[in-house]
Formats: sequence, C-alpha cells, structure tokens
Amino acid sequence: MSQRSNLRLLVLAVLVVSLLATLVARSFYLQVLEGAEYRAAAADNTVREVAEPAVRGLVLDQAGRPLISNRTTVVVTVDRQALAQEPNGGAAVITRLARILDMPRDKIADRLLTCGAEGAKPPPICWNGSTYQPVPVATDVDTQTALSIMERRREFPGITAKLQAVRQYPSPFNVNAAHMLGYLGPVTEEQLDEQGQTEAYDRLRRTDVVGRSGLERQYDGILRGKPGVTTLAVDTAGNVTGTLEQREPKPGDYLVTSIDARLQSVVEQQLVAAVRRAQSQDFAGTSGAAVVVEVDTGRVLAMASYPTYDPDIWIGGVTKRQYEQLMDDSSLSSNAYQGQFAPGSTFKAISTAAAGNDNFDLYGIYPCPSRVKIGAQTFRNFESNAYGPISLTRALEVSCNTVFYEIARRMWQEAGGPDAAVDAPDPIAEAARTFGLGSPTGIDLPGEASGRVASRQFKYENWEAKKDAWCRNAEEGYPETRKTNPKLADYYTALDRENCTDGFQWRAGDALNAVIGQGDTTVTPLQMAMVYAAIANGGTLYQPQVAKGIISATGEVVEEFEPIVTRRVDASKRTLRFLRNSLPGVTTDGSGETPFAGFPLDVLPVASKTGSAQVTGDKAATSWFAAYAPANAPKYAVVMMVTEGGTGSKTSGPSVRAILEALFGVRGSSVNPGASVLVGGAPLERLPAVRRDGTPVVPRGSDAGVPDIRAAGSRS
Amino acid sequence: MSQTVARDPAVRSLMRQSGYWRDLDWILLIAALATTIFGSVLVWSASRADMAADGDPQSYLKRHLVTVGIGLALGWFASRVDYRSLRAYTPFIYVASIILLLMPFIPGIGTTIAGARAWIDLPGGMTIQPSEFAKVAVILMMAVLLSEKRDIVDEPSDRDVLLAVAVAVLPVLIILVQNDTGTVLILGTVALSIIAVSGARTRWVVGLIGGAVVGILVAVQLGLLKEYQVQRLTSFINPSEDVTDAAYNANQARIAIGGGGWSGHGLFEGPQTQGRFVPVNESDFIYTVVGEELGFVGSAVLLLLIGIILWRAVVIAFRADDMYGRLVATGVIAWLAFQAFENVGMSLGIMPITGIPLPLVSAGGTSMMATWIAVGLLQNVRLHAVRAGA
Repeated sequence: MSQRSNLRLLVLAVLVVSLLATLVARSFYLQVLEGAEYRAAAADNTVREVAEPAVRGLVLDQAGRPLISNRTTVVVTVDRQALAQEPNGGAAVITRLARILDMPRDKIADRLLTCGAEGAKPPPICWNGSTYQPVPVATDVDTQTALSIMERRREFPGITAKLQAVRQYPSPFNVNAAHMLGYLGPVTEEQLDEQGQTEAYDRLRRTDVVGRSGLERQYDGILRGKPGVTTLAVDTAGNVTGTLEQREPKPGDYLVTSIDARLQSVVEQQLVAAVRRAQSQDFAGTSGAAVVVEVDTGRVLAMASYPTYDPDIWIGGVTKRQYEQLMDDSSLSSNAYQGQFAPGSTFKAISTAAAGNDNFDLYGIYPCPSRVKIGAQTFRNFESNAYGPISLTRALEVSCNTVFYEIARRMWQEAGGPDAAVDAPDPIAEAARTFGLGSPTGIDLPGEASGRVASRQFKYENWEAKKDAWCRNAEEGYPETRKTNPKLADYYTALDRENCTDGFQWRAGDALNAVIGQGDTTVTPLQMAMVYAAIANGGTLYQPQVAKGIISATGEVVEEFEPIVTRRVDASKRTLRFLRNSLPGVTTDGSGETPFAGFPLDVLPVASKTGSAQVTGDKAATSWFAAYAPANAPKYAVVMMVTEGGTGSKTSGPSVRAILEALFGVRGSSVNPGASVLVGGAPLERLPAVRRDGTPVVPRGSDAGVPDIRAAGSRS
Repeated sequence: MSQTVARDPAVRSLMRQSGYWRDLDWILLIAALATTIFGSVLVWSASRADMAADGDPQSYLKRHLVTVGIGLALGWFASRVDYRSLRAYTPFIYVASIILLLMPFIPGIGTTIAGARAWIDLPGGMTIQPSEFAKVAVILMMAVLLSEKRDIVDEPSDRDVLLAVAVAVLPVLIILVQNDTGTVLILGTVALSIIAVSGARTRWVVGLIGGAVVGILVAVQLGLLKEYQVQRLTSFINPSEDVTDAAYNANQARIAIGGGGWSGHGLFEGPQTQGRFVPVNESDFIYTVVGEELGFVGSAVLLLLIGIILWRAVVIAFRADDMYGRLVATGVIAWLAFQAFENVGMSLGIMPITGIPLPLVSAGGTSMMATWIAVGLLQNVRLHAVRAGA
C-alpha cells in the first residue's frame, strides 16, 4: 500500500494515543490533584423529597352509594424557603397573610415552626413535615380570599392557595355507621418505627394521614394510594440545584362494602327505637347493638352500635378535649364487635347442639319444673314457670331453663362432678367453641373482641391468676372494712377463703349457669349473628366480611372478595336439622310470638330465639333477639341486643321484626320484594360500577339516598 | 459460547479448515470481553438504585446482559462472513441502513428520547437506535468505494472521493434532523479518517477539515442549531457558574469523578452514583460510576482496556493485506476512539455534552450490538490477512 496511506494511518494512530493520554491526564487531574475539593462538593449534595399525598379512595355501599367520599377545600400553604429570602424572614408577609385570612398572626407564626425547634409548640400546632414542604396554615379558605392571594403574588411571596381533598360523609339515608367507617389521623410513631428504614417512595411520611380505626384503618393501604414525589437535589446552603425525579400521585382504590346504606339506616333507627322501648319500661337501656348478615356468605349487610358519634367531628382534627370526652362515654368502640355480653338464652341453641353431640335424645321428653335444687342452691325458671314434661323443641320455644339444667347436670356428673380433671370433657364449652365463641370471628375490622367461653379450664386459669390475692385477703380478714362493718368483712373473708381453697373447682352451679348462657360466658353480638347464620345455612361458620371488593379510581375491578369459611361446625346434620325445625316455633308459639303478632309467618316463616341475660347487681337484664329468615330457605340472620333493656321479646323483638319487614318488603300481611329496602330485593351479585372519571354509578331517584348523589360521589 | 458452537459438526469442520480460533486476534477479543464485563458491572451499580424503587434492582442488568449476548453473536457472524460477499452485499446493507434511519419519522414507530427523535419502538418496551448501525454501513460503503482498482492506481479518483463524501453526507443530514449531534460528529470523524487513509490527495483532506469547521461555525451563527444544543455544547466551558439543567449534569458528573480520588468509594458505594445525582449514569455518564466508585485506578484500567482494543485495531489496519480491509479497520478506529473520547471527555468536562454511549461499556443495546459487529469486522480483516500471508 502507498506511503501516503501508511503515513496517514500513523498520524491517526498518534492522534488516538494523544486522545487517550488526554483522558488519562484529565482523570488524574480531577481525581488525584483536585480530588479533595470534589469530595467536599459531593458531601454537600443532598436530596430532598417533596411528597404530595394521593387522593384517598372512596368507600361505597353494596349498591355504589358513597359512604365516605372527598370534598375539596381551599388550603393556604406557606413555602418557608421562599419566605426566608424576604427581608426580616418574611415577617411583613406573615402579618399581611394574617390580616387577609382574618386569623391571629401568632397562630400562623407558631404553625411555621418545625416541631422540636426552639420555641415550637407541641404537635399538631408545630409543623412536623419536611423543611422543603409547603406548610398548610389555613383550610376551608373561601374562594374570594384565595383568589386575591393568588392575584397579589408580589405581596405574598411563597404563599399558595390550592385545592386539597378532605374526607366527607355523604350519609345516604342519614346513615351513621361511624364505627365501621372509622376515621383518619396523623401517622403514629409506632407505624413509622414498624416501617423501619426504607427509601421506597410510597413509604409513610411524618406528614401522612392514615386510617386509625374501622375500614379506614383495615384497608388503609388500598385507600391511601401512592403519593406523588418530587426529588430535588439540594446543596448545603439549602438551595435547590435540580430536579432528580418526579412522580405523579396515584389515587387510592375504592372499597366496596357489603353494607347497604338504606338497610343500615333502618337498623340504626330500629336500634335506637329498641333503646327507647327499654327506657320507656324504666330500664336504663345504656347500650345496644344490631347486626344483619347474609347467612350463605358471612357478608355483613348492616351493623349498628348504640351509643354512636358523629363521624364529622374528625374532619379537620379533633381536639384533645373532644377525644377524651368520646373515650369517656365509650361511644368510640362498637358494641357490635368490640362489646362482650352474657348471651343468656340465645345460647340455648348451642346447648341443644351440645346435647345432640353428647347423645341426648333430641326427640325425648324432659321435665320442666319451676325450679331445681342442686346441693344447697335453688335454680329457677324465668318467672318460675313450670310446663311439666315437654319435648326439647318446646323447651326451646318457651325457653325452659330447668330442662337445660338437667342436661347440664348430667353432663357435669358424667365428667366427674366436682373432682373432674381440668381437661375432662365439657360438651357445652366444646359446642360454644365450635360455633366460634371465645375467639374473634376474624371480621375485617380492627380491634375485635374475642368473648369468653366459661369452662373448667377457664375457671382453673382464673384461679391460678387470682388465688394469691384471695388467700392473702382471707388471711388478713379485710381489716379496713371490719372497722365499720364487721359483718360484711366476715362475708368477704369467708368468700375469699372458699375461693382460695376451692376456687378452681367447676361446680354444678357453674355448669348450670353456663348451659343457659349466664355466668362467665360472654359473646359479641356479631359472634351471635354468625352462630345463627351457621345454624341457618346448615352448619358452615363463615368469617364475617364488610368489604366486598376493590375498584380502581378509574373504574376497573381490582379484586372481588370471596366468602371465607372458618370451619364446619362440629354438630351432626341431624342436630342442625332439629334446631332448624325447632326455632321457627319460637316465633309462632313461643317466647318470640308477641313481637311477631300479625306478621305473615305463613308466607315468610321466621326462626328466632330470645334472651334475657341476668347481670350482676340490680341492673335489668340484657335483652337479646336472634332471628333468621325465611326459616325454610334462610337468607339473612339478624341479631339485636340492648343492655339493661329488659326481655328480648319486649325490647329487641319489635325492632328485629321491623328490620325483617324492611329487608323482605313486608307490608301489613303481604310480602312484596319490590318494597324491600334492598334495590331489586337482594344485594347486588357483582360490584357496583364506577365511571372512568371516578364517579360511582348509584341507584336513581329515591333509592339514591341523598339529594345530589353525583356531587357527593365526585372526587374533584 | 465457543463450546456450544463447537458441538455443531459443520461448524467444527469449518473451524479446522480455516484455523479460525488459532488465527483470531486473541488480545483484541479478550480486551473487548473484559471491557464488556467491566461495563456490565458499572451498569449494574448505576441502575440498582433506580430499579430498586420499582422492585427488582437487577432488572436493568438482566436486560443489559441479553443485549451483550446478542452483540457477541452478531460479532461472531461479522468475523466469519466471507470478505468478497461482504463487499458484494455492502450496497444493500447501506440502503437498508438508510431506510432504517428514516423509520423513526414514521408516526407510531419512532420515539423521542432526550430531545432526539432517533429511536424505533420494538414490542416489549425495547427500542433500537438505527444511527448505530448506520456507522457500520457508512464504514463498509466508503471502504468499498475508495478501495476499487487500488492494485492499479495509488490514489482514489476525485469522482470516488466525491461519491464517498456523498455516502457519508446522506446519513449525516438525516441524523442532523433527528437532533443527534453526537453521532453526526462521530460520522464526520470516521469519514474524514477513511478518506485520509485511503491516500486521497492532501487538498481533499485539508479541504474537508476546513469545510467541517466553517460548517459548524455557520450553523451556530445562523441559529440553525437549537438553543438547547448550543447551550449543551457550550456549558462545558464554565459549568460552575450557572447551575441550570444543562450545566447541572456536567457539574454533578465532575463532582462524582473528582470525589473518587485514587481508589474510589468502592463498588456500589459512590454517594453521587447511588444517590442518583448524576442523570443517565448507566449510559451517557457511565464514566462517572467508575470514576467515583473505583477511583483513578479503576478509570485508568478502563481507559487502558479501550487503549488495548485501539492498539490491536491499529495493528490490524497496518497489516491488512488490501486497501479495503485497511479502510474498514481505519473506520472502526476513528469511530471507537472518537466516541470514547467524546463520551469520557464530557464526563470529565472537556467535551460538550452530547447523548452518546461509551462503546462496549454503556447500557444501550444497539450500541453494544454495533460495537461487537465492529470488533468482528476487525477480526475478519485480520483473518483475511493471515490467510493471504500463509
């Protein structure tokens, strides 16, 4: 090849070498000679994240009506970075802002101090967010004020008025449902600790608001969505030097519940009516609960608790004083799944199953005297009625205690009487457990109570825990009480001496109390509803659920929740059939007859059981009424309970009847499914539709439940 | 790879005949492989933090390794294809690459990344950048034109040179419209080098250099370049003054590299890299990763590996047994050398910021494939010379 080509190739090679040499030299200069300087510059570099929370998802009822939605409010925020650039730290701007917002200047100044800084007030007054996040100083600012702030940009540097979503409760049909819906609150220290160190952009931040109770808490992760995050590069002086990353917020998904707003409203009204009925009989009627479940799925259609509170008080934050007040009157917890009460005679259905399991003749004849004597103690029937020899069905109908006393006594004797081992067979307690008593039902709501099953084991453990105190008291003989009332001191001392030595013993009296749902056994009304649902559906104990499915904010179905079976109850088909055949008689010919007078039981048979549980002291009995219908093809189970309410039949019965009338569309003596409070006479099979813009499709006209449901459902 | 290939009996007999593996430039192959592996580790380090936010921190690395595999296969093919048929097919390759270059303009197929409309969408979220293949096509086409009848005459005719210039100018114009300034500069350097080494008269070489300089000046003066292009091109001169978006990248890159010192912060430990301060540090600014995490020592090793590749390429060009082979090798040298210099230089703040990858190192599938084709072509030229000499 030509000389010229060789020469030029050589020139190219030299050029290549010099280019590479340049790079090596420049690298050496930057890294080795000037390295220290750049290391310092790197240390000055930090990132700051500015997070914008996503719009929370709506909570809908089974027909698509919003139970919780969002409304927009105008929020005025202050960017402290921009304010710091102003003369005197922006003092004049704050004064101007206070004047236009018509609020004390100090209130704004306090709000702008970072929590923990010198002179900062405690949260929530101080700002516990990031330095780079604009601080909200006023909410619900009227549009006129917001506009004038935005128009006078130069007078208000760093001040922004923007729209922000806050929770609102559209209350279709004036539903309350406060306990189920729950409320929001600032993220807790524990939640932040639990989360640990994470860089994930959708982690919880100190400024976040999260669900603190009810569905808002249970499904917080679904409802919260994902925040929008802007990552800024910042130098040591705090100047923003660039935007590293920007993510748009992703709105939270919608939670569809199995609650029907219209039915819930009826149930809430009927619960209050039952309480009033108790009070009109001069009973205290202090609290109550009502539950409606679908027997074949375990879905909760309605659940109410008395007393309740107005969920709107949480909007905009509750004061410490308001909170303490709420805690005091205990209206914050739901009696339906957090309250524990003696079940009384509603427990007899379980006792009957226990008898069947223990090979008692379900179709035999049992004596029903007015009282039985065990040892020195006498156990009576309600109002000391005697019915002579009767069938077990009749015993359930008239709620004869003495029939069940005899069954319990025989079981107790068989197990070994007072000397039985702690783990001796106890058919009553076993039946209670198989029907789900003594453990939480697993409902998708936080803070559920488990109730308690009275048993040998329970009594023994209780004695283990308390015997030291009992024995010590027996020894000391109540010296303080003795000074004023020696007789009472003697009585206490004798009681504690007995408890100290024999307190672990499961005596005949304990067994007799347990069989009629008295004594140490306690249940939640929700547990009782699931028991009667299991009897109604042929023995399947479901895990109750409030949530039915998840829909995205753009209307796609994300998930549909299937019914969850807890277990098949341990009772024979024959026993369950016996119960299903017997319980309708309670409504036609037994203790549930009075409230159902005139009800079309021939078209719509109702199975029921009453309960009037005695409580200690001279308080009135706890009124219970459990029912399911139609008795021949069960769909719904309804349980209502009022403490210090009197009898089940008089106080709760009429309300349960009214609920069933609303459910099935009973008008006088006719049944018209079209008149049911459920649109179409039954809960929707599928999830309700949500439009692409996020507005749920709701029933029209009077079925909507609020005057302008579209506005209530809109997210913007 | 060699094992699986060697299992095919047809391939094995072919290998015995030609002594393919014996005659390969092993130093070149090993240096290129080592650079690729080095690069993959850097891509992994650079992308971990970005990917971790979305789930799998290794997802980007996995995709990178797939393109490495495809690149090796293409390189093997390029080293084995017959010299004469390669020359015969070159016009078709060239026309095909021009068509490919025009495809990003078709709506629905093209994608704009970082202001350059130079990518073609593929199903599955992959994109290809046809200008990478255009580099190969231009080298092959110019080599064919300028090596015709060279056993008879010493220098190419004016007509051949003009044709060769036209061959380079056509894709340059298309790529200019696509706003891919970096690739235009590389193609210009490649064309100039091939024309020079072909033995063309000196006035051609001087004239073309002068023309290029005047062209750039006129483009800037008349505002043919968009404002951001000028800003990008000039921000390297004094980045610390003005911390706007364009200069931000240059400044952060220098802080990262400078902070690396002698031996660096250690792999996966660079605060600038893992803190995601340097944008696109898995491709355009990959040199900041080695600079910060492995320090001057690691940077020098990487530059040394690239130097070895270029040294072998120069040796192959010198020993080529015909003008065609020499010009192909020359084109590859100019391409790889200038692209490496431009890429590393912009991280070091001595070259303007243009969006081009570091060959064999950066993430970016098309570049990886095209560079391995280039390495394969170098091997092909060498094998041809060894066989002719034997």
